[in-house]
Amino acid sequence: MLAKRIIPCIDVRDGKVVKGVNFEGIKEVGDPVACACEYNEQGADEIVFYDITASHEGRGVMLDVVRETAKKVFVPLTVGGGIKTVDDIRDTLRAGADKVSVNSQAVQNPQLIKEGADIFGSQCICVGVDAKAVGENKWTVFINGGRIDMKLDLIDWVKKCEQLGAGEICLNSIDTDGVRGGFDLNMLKAVVDAVRIPVIASGGAGKLGDFADAFLKTDCSAALAASLFHFHELTVGQVKEDCRSKGIIVR
Amino acid sequence: MIAIVDYGAGNIFSVKNALDHLGLESRLTDKKEDLIAADRIILPGVGAFPWAMNMLSVSGLVDTIKEQAAQKPFLGICLGMQLIFDKSYEFEECAGLGLVGGYVDKINEPDLVIPHMGWNKLEYNRDCRLFDGLGNDEYVYFVHSYKAFCDDKNLYAYCTYGSKVPAVVGDGKFVYGCQFHPEKSGETGLKILKNFAELRP
Repeated sequence: MLAKRIIPCIDVRDGKVVKGVNFEGIKEVGDPVACACEYNEQGADEIVFYDITASHEGRGVMLDVVRETAKKVFVPLTVGGGIKTVDDIRDTLRAGADKVSVNSQAVQNPQLIKEGADIFGSQCICVGVDAKAVGENKWTVFINGGRIDMKLDLIDWVKKCEQLGAGEICLNSIDTDGVRGGFDLNMLKAVVDAVRIPVIASGGAGKLGDFADAFLKTDCSAALAASLFHFHELTVGQVKEDCRSKGIIVR
Repeated sequence: MIAIVDYGAGNIFSVKNALDHLGLESRLTDKKEDLIAADRIILPGVGAFPWAMNMLSVSGLVDTIKEQAAQKPFLGICLGMQLIFDKSYEFEECAGLGLVGGYVDKINEPDLVIPHMGWNKLEYNRDCRLFDGLGNDEYVYFVHSYKAFCDDKNLYAYCTYGSKVPAVVGDGKFVYGCQFHPEKSGETGLKILKNFAELRP
């Protein structure tokens, strides 16, 4: 049986691990390569680097981080943030990433999904989606770290991503991100039901049971969290143990 | 030396990184001489079957691969594993390398999430040297939408995703294939690569 994946996300700026709450109030907390190695030891099923660097020089530093990590960690690596062109995708994969996560740029230029999938294969194109509730069971897609409402219906968008060749959706709820009250299960369920590709739950994990909850209450394939793992409140191992005790298959 | 066939496919550096980590000498190559000189060959790959066969043909490597795979340990990974079969139906019928009898077709079960992406458990079907030192609860990383259909005699291990998905296949001699990515399957995958490197030519 296919195991449910637990994915720690490492937010990186200029080659350093950072953590903010609700996309604001960022502080630095360490070395991303060391952080990835530690998560690997804990049993992470994949590792995501999310690059929040704005500058061109910073991009190069991010690729160095990926290159170093890929020599030490033998689980899938995903890089998100700042990927704007097919060349960015190529450079990131060549540095050792297995997947890229495209977000704002894909909303503004959906062809990026199609071109990336056609050239490199759907398996390496994950579309990150930031969404927020605008009514009962209705959500819209935001870009630029949750700052701009694109007035684009979430369900329409994820279906379009799938059509264009996305291999996976990483769904982040702006409403629950940083709040630590659990994943946004309603939104998650709506997206899982709308597409056939794997969906990763993101945003809101605050305690041990939140991961198992997402797996028991929706058919999501994976769950992602950043701060919980960064601040050593929980290890990936503890999360998996909790899932296992509730009958969920994990590695 | 292990030759890693470089025909323009995705992230081949991962295989090289894993072999480097294990202290095994390897070379990324698209040259016939290197395949002939190597002790063993790895054919990696992600992407589409017809595209990959075309790239191998353009590189002029098809005959060399067929000839060398009969004489020394050969491992196809993911798409590289699918290429060792007779043919595939990805987009259109397309001939493969024909090193193992069987074909490749879509995972066609309506209720399954596709691609089959993530860690799935190896279930052993036959003894195979690649499994030396592995336990009964080993998970490996898969990502694919097509799977192999082959005889039981060629099926060394499978995983369950809807139905049986061939995970490790071979011809009973030198040819092996892994549908999963051993280079991305943590310690389990590294052990499998090490076992491959220790097979006698």
